[in-house]
Amino acid sequence: MQTDDRSLMRAKFAPSTEKPKHAGMSRRSLLATAALLITTSGATAKVVTKVLPWRPNEVYPVTPVVPGGWLFFTADEAAVVDAIVDRLIPADELGPGAKEAGVTTFIDRQLTGPYGGHDWLYMQGPFSSNPLPTQGLQSPLTPRQQYRQGLAALSAYCKANFGGRGFTDLNNEEKEKLLSGMEKGDVKFEGFSSRMLFNAVYANTMEGFFADPIYGGNKDMAGWKLIGFPGVRYDFRDVIDNPNKPYTLPPVSMQGRQAWGER
Amino acid sequence: MARRLPRKDVAIVGLGWTGSIMALELARAGLEVVAIERGPWRDTATDFNIGTAPDELRYAVRHDIFLRPRQETLTMRNNSSQAALPIRRWGSFLPGNGVGGAGSHWNGQTWRFLPDDLRIRSHLTERYGAGFLPEGNQIQDWPMSYDELEPFYDKFEYVLGISGKAGNLKGEVQPGGNPFEGVRSREYPTPPMKQGYSQELFTKAASGMGLHPFPRPSANLSTAYTNPYGCSMAPCTYCGFCERFGCSNYSKSSPQTCVLPALVREPNFEARTECEVTKVNLSGDGKMAKSVTYIDANGEEWEQPADLVLLCAYGLFNVRLMLLSGIGKPYDFSSGEGVVGRNYAYQTGSGATAFFENVNFNPFAAAGSLGAALDDYNSDNFDHGPHGFVGGASITNAYTNGRPIMYRPTPRGTPTWGSAWKKAVRDTYQRVTNVGAQGSVMSYRANYLDLDPTYKDQLGRPLMRMTFDFQPNEIKMANWMAERCEEIAKAMGAKTTQLNRLTTPWNVVPYQSTHNTGGAVTGADPKTSAVNRYLQSWDVANVFVMGACTFPQNAGYNPTGTVGALTYWALDAIQNKYLKSPGALVQQ
Ligand SMILES: Cc1cc2nc3c(=O)[nH]c(=O)nc-3n(C[C@H](O)[C@H](O)[C@H](O)COP(=O)(O)OP(=O)(O)OC[C@H]3O[C@@H](n4cnc5c(N)ncnc54)[C@H](O)[C@@H]3O)c2cc1C
Ligand code: SF4
Repeated sequence: MQTDDRSLMRAKFAPSTEKPKHAGMSRRSLLATAALLITTSGATAKVVTKVLPWRPNEVYPVTPVVPGGWLFFTADEAAVVDAIVDRLIPADELGPGAKEAGVTTFIDRQLTGPYGGHDWLYMQGPFSSNPLPTQGLQSPLTPRQQYRQGLAALSAYCKANFGGRGFTDLNNEEKEKLLSGMEKGDVKFEGFSSRMLFNAVYANTMEGFFADPIYGGNKDMAGWKLIGFPGVRYDFRDVIDNPNKPYTLPPVSMQGRQAWGER
Repeated sequence: MARRLPRKDVAIVGLGWTGSIMALELARAGLEVVAIERGPWRDTATDFNIGTAPDELRYAVRHDIFLRPRQETLTMRNNSSQAALPIRRWGSFLPGNGVGGAGSHWNGQTWRFLPDDLRIRSHLTERYGAGFLPEGNQIQDWPMSYDELEPFYDKFEYVLGISGKAGNLKGEVQPGGNPFEGVRSREYPTPPMKQGYSQELFTKAASGMGLHPFPRPSANLSTAYTNPYGCSMAPCTYCGFCERFGCSNYSKSSPQTCVLPALVREPNFEARTECEVTKVNLSGDGKMAKSVTYIDANGEEWEQPADLVLLCAYGLFNVRLMLLSGIGKPYDFSSGEGVVGRNYAYQTGSGATAFFENVNFNPFAAAGSLGAALDDYNSDNFDHGPHGFVGGASITNAYTNGRPIMYRPTPRGTPTWGSAWKKAVRDTYQRVTNVGAQGSVMSYRANYLDLDPTYKDQLGRPLMRMTFDFQPNEIKMANWMAERCEEIAKAMGAKTTQLNRLTTPWNVVPYQSTHNTGGAVTGADPKTSAVNRYLQSWDVANVFVMGACTFPQNAGYNPTGTVGALTYWALDAIQNKYLKSPGALVQQ
């Protein structure tokens, strides 16, 4: 992806002001409105009759993430996220960690998509200030807002409590202690829930480390190799036929694997 | 103002499992049928393409093909003293969207309920006395018997090509099958799936304990199969991207594989997709449906007149459409009167996790319905007298998937991150299995559906409100089941085990099951049921309601086998009774 495309992307993830008339439809359905058929009586609908509507790849293929630069994060934010994910899944004798696997790029790109704006979720108010624990997600903040505000609050917290140092300046022990405090919610940031930030980064780190590498994380299928997940081979009849045998083939992703040559 | 379209014989709301079956059979009977579906058209080759289908992040985590809560969701609370809040992101259950409905991304575990399940109130009262039933219950007999439903269970299973082993053929118990099941008129259409190593251990251990394990009936087909509609399927490859995904192999029974290829060739059939039905319009006296109103992808409103309206929009959304359209008297919790929204029920989940040493379970070689099960503790197959609860569970050892964003088990007490976590994730992946109990949920006065007073959908119509919690009877039952699961796990040779009790109160965040039942239940008495024994509205005779919303309470099984049987049962009544003489099929 070229740099100018990136600035386009940056503009794109700003919440869209243009609302589809009947929101909640997929991106695809909006594209498809161009191809709507008009019935004899004038009703606009996709009408299916007599023959299958074969339209190859109606389901939009994923655009592979090309690493390099940031579409959502500032360089400072990205450095902090890199430092956090590096503690959550560290590189060690078992193999690469989240940082090496490109998890920060994964998160950056996810935040520019529908996930980052909670575009598919029910985001109408009123928002309750004291939901029951059983009622799940009730915050009005989108993931983009959670990262932007949460990282700013973390940075302010570090400056105030670690003698002017930022998160990236802390040693591993300090980072881990702080992250544990955030996980439990014991650490109080100014104006933002430290736990909310932790939960967002934690969930996205696990997603990025174990999702298909097409999304920018799980580089070289590091996450899959760690546990022995063979990926998208889609046929394990041989495994079922050979119970209790170690699986020895390398993993395959939606784009194949390195051994299949450069793309 | 909605613009009026030319009349059709039948308007079907929703084109998932129930809608597609109804559409095919009624179009073949010569009726002009239109199905109106709020999501997009979906086909195997285009939408469940092997190049895009096995994508855990997109489908299982971000819910790409599910209904988007932005379009419609529900509000929830655990009891009527609380304020309900919207389910902003799906968790506990995952409604479908688009042609195929939840039937395109289900697991495919396809069960029949037991004969006793259908006359449960009478049965329990006869065996234990009325005083044995739990407090606040509204348990009801079904208005039809297992024997009446059997031919329709059979029909549904043969359309889907279900892979399994009969346990009771015409009254004769069959080795290798489920000896507790009701009488079957013939063997399953295809043989059972192959099982993995852990199911081998389960089957051996359970048999050794005197229990009766058998391969779980599956809509992931063991062999190639051509169904009575002429639709062909291929054998399952145990790909492990099954539930929450469409199948790329034409191996999972779904409307796409089993019904639509025949349906779209019917000249009397038309589907309008990306069109959301907002209301069923009634005649002045409220006794007949005249038409349905829907909104198309451009936001234009249309009125489709029809002689017969079939609600096939998934149980929960059928109930909401009934409430929004004034079909049947809404249930009022404070008085206990009214029927629409009454007897909402769900499913319990509990069990035991089993950690082994030096094994390769290969959890990724899996399928949505792969597994071995036993029914010794289901329904009333055992004496409940000493236990003080009613209901039961099917107990299963299974791998549905080993997809690593969501499936990374570690022993309790493992750190959640860092090098110690990393090591535990690596060391555990191959050597853990689960014995699970999927249990019944009875109906109670306190569990119900109604319209939310505060929250609206994007069209400004009230969301439906779900008031639900697991009651003491279900908690007791599920936790007793967890102990049975742990016994089996130990007998399988697990090095250590962990008991998984039922999580209470009911929490909307962790996925549990898309087995939402009740709300428009079938019954013999219009005071306690919304539809009669043919799933016809008591109040509006040309409206029939399909789906698990018609279950008077839920049994210890997945619902769709029974949903399918009821669909063919209602279809039979429509074809052979209603069309000959339209009107109420059961007199009040
Ligand atoms: C992940 C998952 C796993 C499951 N596994 C199993 C299993 O193993 N065994 C089992 O028995 N069951 C299982 N189920 C449940 C099963 O999928 C459903 O019971 C079954 O699909 C119900 O059929 P239905 O026709 O009632 O609804 P659906 O198949 O969901 O079809 C309803 C259709 O109506 C449409 N619709 C809704 N509202 C409107 C409206 N207002 N206007 C127009 N159209 C509308 C929807 O878009 C949808 O296409 C599972 C479900 C999920 C999500
Ligand atoms: S497990 Fe089998 S039925 Fe399920 S999606 Fe894979 S191939 Fe299809």
